[in-house]
Amino acid sequence: MSFRDRLKETRAKASDGFRGGKLMSSIFRPGSPFRKGYVDSPRNRSYVVMNNVLYHLHPVKVKRHGVRLSYTLCLGGLSFFLFIVLTITGIWLMFYFRPTELAYVDIQNLQTTIAFGSLVRNMHRWGAHLMVLVVFLHMSRVFYHGAYKAPREFNWVIGVILLLLTLLLSFTGYLLPWDQLAIWAVTVGGNMAGYVPVVGAQVKFGLFAGLEATTATLLRFYVLHVLFFPFIIVIFMAVHFWRVRKDGGISGPL
Amino acid sequence: MVDIPEHLLQRSAEARAKALGISIEQAMAEMKGQSDPTIISKEPEVKVIDETPAPAAETPAPAAETPAPAAKTITPIKEEHAAETTEKVAAVKIEEKVPAAKTSPVVKTDAPDEVDFAPEVKVTQRLLTVVKAKPIQKPVKEPIDKVNTWPHLMLPEFVALMAMTAFLIFLSAILQAPLLEEANPNVTPNPAKAPWYFLGLQEMLSYWDPQIAGVMIPTVVGLILWMAFPYIDRNPETHPSKRKFAIMFYTFFLAGAGTLTIIGVLFRGPGWNWVYPWIDGIWFDDLLDWIHFE
Repeated sequence: MSFRDRLKETRAKASDGFRGGKLMSSIFRPGSPFRKGYVDSPRNRSYVVMNNVLYHLHPVKVKRHGVRLSYTLCLGGLSFFLFIVLTITGIWLMFYFRPTELAYVDIQNLQTTIAFGSLVRNMHRWGAHLMVLVVFLHMSRVFYHGAYKAPREFNWVIGVILLLLTLLLSFTGYLLPWDQLAIWAVTVGGNMAGYVPVVGAQVKFGLFAGLEATTATLLRFYVLHVLFFPFIIVIFMAVHFWRVRKDGGISGPL
Repeated sequence: MVDIPEHLLQRSAEARAKALGISIEQAMAEMKGQSDPTIISKEPEVKVIDETPAPAAETPAPAAETPAPAAKTITPIKEEHAAETTEKVAAVKIEEKVPAAKTSPVVKTDAPDEVDFAPEVKVTQRLLTVVKAKPIQKPVKEPIDKVNTWPHLMLPEFVALMAMTAFLIFLSAILQAPLLEEANPNVTPNPAKAPWYFLGLQEMLSYWDPQIAGVMIPTVVGLILWMAFPYIDRNPETHPSKRKFAIMFYTFFLAGAGTLTIIGVLFRGPGWNWVYPWIDGIWFDDLLDWIHFE
């Protein structure tokens, strides 16, 4: 037996021992090609497909007409994807941003001195505008297809809540650069909330953490923007996606 | 008897041919009743049948292998397919008795040589009839034309994500996000504008009382009516030609909201007065300020 063959054998043995070990069998579910003794059988092939983690979002099979790009334009998926992009860029921005009097300076530093700071900030801002747009277009698409009809009525309700949360996320983020555009846009928006009957003044006070937009408002909006609303919207998104599948997947063709 | 489909007969004949060691053609002929059945030596069973042909029907208990209990075992099914089962029972009796009668002379002469591979082989089952399968559950849903998510859905999705990422990076590279001077509560810009998606509301505020335009319309129309829409529109049709009112309603909403937003964004100047965005030239200086090619 040549050296090469022996090497091959040793390697195969080690590989089998590792792949058959407790660690790998605990990580990979039955039917995974990373497990020991995987054979290319139809059963194992279907396992590879069905045990995929991505199928928490998608079913193994979808209606043929739903795959047509012109039916959904991928708008729901793109909304979710923009949310992910915003989360990633947002976490990155959090490293360089303090929600205090220094907020404006931090943004200036981001734009001028920090590597890729300008690009990531721009991506976060335009991505947010795009997300509002795409979520709205997604809603319009669903409406024109009548996709909110039974049994999907409740998912429409969740969808409207998600649109509202998207707007709130965008609005709370609008204040964070702490420039003239931000503070006065939020002042106008907050004043609209002051017109709520009976509790208007209280709502406005709660929103501004005072009578007008100050750095206390900045901190409040910051916490709402990076923690509170993302937390809420993820819960609603989970229910939204779950209902899409439970209600029979994508709606039928027109 | 029910007509037996040819392929089932064929399969049965093959099985019989294998068990008895005869040719398939012959097995087929036997099953169709065109030739005498081949008999295999089964001494104990044959004896039992020979000795007790008549009493077996009345006293099934002791003789375990007589045809009678065999017939009995089928009876529980009777309730369901009464007509078919009687036929079956009849078939059993006839087919079991015919060989039984002819057994003893034929057995020891020619059969043993042919079945030397399995002298003990017993024909324990044979095709009597074919009961057409009736599903227990009635399928309610029509079968749907489906494709695998991978790759038929995942691949276009992936392409869409990549395209969106490319578009966003391109946009961010050429279009600088606005950053005005530092926030100053003492200097109010004129006009002070909300984010663009609230500008339709702000535009309405300039027409009506804030209680109506700022609160009633957004909460009642914008939220409650909007969420309740599927419960109001009970028309199950999805084709646009059969839900003209809903389509019209939404299109009017879109047009209205779009118009108000565009007016709010572009046509409102100091004091919320009407201005034309091209008053300083058509090139939108603000926008040009944002774009930076480096």
